[in-house]
Amino acid sequence: MAALEASLPRRLAGAPIAGPLAALLLACLFFGLNSGQFFTGPNFSLIIQQVMVVGTLAIGQTLIILTAGIDLACGAIMAFGGIVMTRLAVDSGLPPLLALAAGLAVCAAFGLVNGLLVTRIALPPFIVTLGMLNVVFALTHIYSQERTVTGLPATLTFLGQTFRLGQTNVTYGSLLTILLFLLFAYLLGSTAWGRHVYALGNNPEVARLSGIRTGRLTVGVYTLAGLVYGVAALLLVSRTGVGDPQAGQTDNLDSITAVVLGGTSLFGGRGLVLGTLIGALIVGVFRNGLQLMGVPSIYQTLITGVLVILAVAVDQLSRRRTR
Amino acid sequence: MNAKLPAGLLVTALLITGCAGTGQDAAPAAPKVGLITKTETNPFFVKMREGAQRAAQAGGLELMSAAGKFDGDNAAQITAIENMVAAGVKGILITPSDTRAIVPAIKKARDAGVLVIALDTPTEPQEATDALLATDNFKAGELIGRYAKAALAGRPARIATLDLAPGITVGQLRHDGFLKGFGVQEGDPSVVCSQDTRGDQAKGQTAMENCLQKDPGVNLVYTINEPAALGAYTALKAKGREKDVLIVSVDGGCAGVRAVQAGQIAATSQQYPLKMAEDGVKAVAAFAKNGQKAAGYTDTGVTLVTDRPVSGVEAEDAAFGLANCWG
Amino acid sequence: MSEPVLQARGLVKRYGHVTALDGADFDLMPGEVLAVIGDNGAGKTSLIKALTGALQPDAGEIRLDGRPVRFRDPLDARRHGIETVYQDLAIAASLDIAANMFLGRELRRPGVLGKVFRMLDKKRMRAESARHMAELGIVLRSLTQPVESLSGGQRQGVAVARAVAWARHVVVMDEPTAALGVKESAQVLDLIRQVRDRGTPVVLISHNMPHVVEIADRVHVQRLGRRVAELNPREHSMAEVVAIMTGALRMTGGRTVVADEEAAKAIGLS
Repeated sequence: MAALEASLPRRLAGAPIAGPLAALLLACLFFGLNSGQFFTGPNFSLIIQQVMVVGTLAIGQTLIILTAGIDLACGAIMAFGGIVMTRLAVDSGLPPLLALAAGLAVCAAFGLVNGLLVTRIALPPFIVTLGMLNVVFALTHIYSQERTVTGLPATLTFLGQTFRLGQTNVTYGSLLTILLFLLFAYLLGSTAWGRHVYALGNNPEVARLSGIRTGRLTVGVYTLAGLVYGVAALLLVSRTGVGDPQAGQTDNLDSITAVVLGGTSLFGGRGLVLGTLIGALIVGVFRNGLQLMGVPSIYQTLITGVLVILAVAVDQLSRRRTR
Repeated sequence: MNAKLPAGLLVTALLITGCAGTGQDAAPAAPKVGLITKTETNPFFVKMREGAQRAAQAGGLELMSAAGKFDGDNAAQITAIENMVAAGVKGILITPSDTRAIVPAIKKARDAGVLVIALDTPTEPQEATDALLATDNFKAGELIGRYAKAALAGRPARIATLDLAPGITVGQLRHDGFLKGFGVQEGDPSVVCSQDTRGDQAKGQTAMENCLQKDPGVNLVYTINEPAALGAYTALKAKGREKDVLIVSVDGGCAGVRAVQAGQIAATSQQYPLKMAEDGVKAVAAFAKNGQKAAGYTDTGVTLVTDRPVSGVEAEDAAFGLANCWG
Repeated sequence: MSEPVLQARGLVKRYGHVTALDGADFDLMPGEVLAVIGDNGAGKTSLIKALTGALQPDAGEIRLDGRPVRFRDPLDARRHGIETVYQDLAIAASLDIAANMFLGRELRRPGVLGKVFRMLDKKRMRAESARHMAELGIVLRSLTQPVESLSGGQRQGVAVARAVAWARHVVVMDEPTAALGVKESAQVLDLIRQVRDRGTPVVLISHNMPHVVEIADRVHVQRLGRRVAELNPREHSMAEVVAIMTGALRMTGGRTVVADEEAAKAIGLS
């Protein structure tokens, strides 16, 4: 058993995703037995579609949490990016692709600012991103003039379009989300950059003394996370078909929830981005499954809360036992 | 041995046993109706759900309900629509959090053959839903505006408006209605202070305190709803001004009507969420039975409630208000 | 006598009013184990950090093989073949052994996979790690286990193996036995001996006098930001060495002189 496990690449970060995966499969099994509509292709497509925005945000969140940071501003940055894209395209008449690029760039720039504040002035990420959450939230409402932007060009909503996979309609956005997860799983697991991110989260001094330029790496991680939030903004815009200044207000905590449910340690240096995908899916499956069973949504919130606490408790207990 | 696997199993097992009890065992044949409110916890929506539940039981329907996490949570409402369509509902009743952003999702549901009725708040455009059952919020504002004009009896007004939040239609309609009823234009110098409260009591209190700092001579306070009104009352009382300042509000929640009875709020426009939900469910039941789709706007009514009536403005007393209140 | 491998003259480092290094000298000869000892606050750590690029001295000169050098950061020192095993800061706990061996110097796959996709060559890194471990006689069950699952001695073994594998000139070890038990300490001392026998000089910072006496060829005594003595541990008693370290004795022309009667008496030298 031990030898078999050690041979699996997922042992990399000492955070096996077997637990979250088992929880996800069991949840699916349970809802499948309780609702006739659950185990269908279209329903699974729907669940992925519903978790793609928070899931993508959670990719950026995972990167930052792996460095032992945290990002409270991710949802706000996404909302701002969405407003920038849609307003530039609709109100300012920019070509949609240019508007899209500007939205991505703005999100990356906020990430860059976060990273610089964390490294250059050595402020705690919690404080930096708490401040940034308020700044970006206000900017969103100022720039949007509190209006929802409608009448978007097709380029901005393309990811909401679907293609047929067998009997099921799948959105391009879902596909992009899955591809992003695979990309980051590769970057974290199979490149030197990924190893350095883990080392940084383990102990920044160890990383520095090993010759890793930790300041530059940190800034890079925050900037890249910002860019990922920009992609999340595009996914959001294409999913809802509008630029919504109210969007994303609880997505910072929702993305942290996905990361934690996926078995990543909030202390940094341990976890897998594919775990985050599973974490996001767990939330989506419970929401969808409970809804199909007719359970009011307040219970979904309750259960998500219980899940988070259990996930962290299980993580702690199992770690203590392996010691 | 991997310690996490059994632990993960345990987590799920616990959850399954935990939530199995809350699942509703409805007869499989019962047609489903969905209710999506702005939030889960606001008494207005609690009442709405109560009305929907009652009507669903009477009509032999199964009710599914969902809500956003906060007012303005468009993403959660979209998700709820999708899940309800996937669950095969006949109709969806929704109080849209973002009146424009929700439209594409509603369109998809209607394209899938689901009857969609907006409750309380119209979508933009209103035709995005099959039908609308709502209070005439403009009229609700107008009623208290007219009342306030008469109650001031010619004294010069110094008005504070404690509004909802920018960009939310309901708040705008009530505000505009109030000004029209009072007989002034937006930007009139008699409106000395305008603050957003998000309909929250604590924020209403803060807003009122700030308005009193700005202009201690305020003598009329328009509030978006009764929690904001009660917050304003607390702030006025702290300054010893509660007797000579007139507070008017909208909603007709039970706490609000009791405040009217106690003289804290002069008058409020009462609306009827229970009726909206009941009528909505009935419309879905009819659609499920014979395919008949409800259409157009139905005013679910609004009544001015006050114990200090003024001539020329029709009103009911607080006893009536309490008999018909929500929350 | 041959030329020193690593040499420093007149190193100064000040932090505000605190002077950590006050004109410190340093000489490391080829093929020796040099122990650096000193009381807390004597400037041992600052000296070692200056020699390994972790801090930049305000004044003074460092020479490597006789040529003046200036290290901007630890990476720079490592490029010059100076490898350091830092106390408690040697390894990334959640990464596996091979990943730690190559941390900051990862190998990429040959061809397009490495150049374009930046893919790591995990297999080769594992194989080379295994080879280094075997050379030093470190036996581990698996190279893919995270180092946090290893014992303290095994972890230190990994850190030492990493330093030795990369060091072309010098290996510096900061308190390598501080957190270890008797048996594990012995293993690490054995490793140090092996490193020296392969021809790489070792600088050892330690508080543990028996270990110093056991393994060091020469001892550098640091006191008040300076080197106050260089001696052969086999020519002086342990008490004498401690006395020099605390300032009770002073070295002049190869002989010890009582500098502080009271202190000397207190530790039983008179």
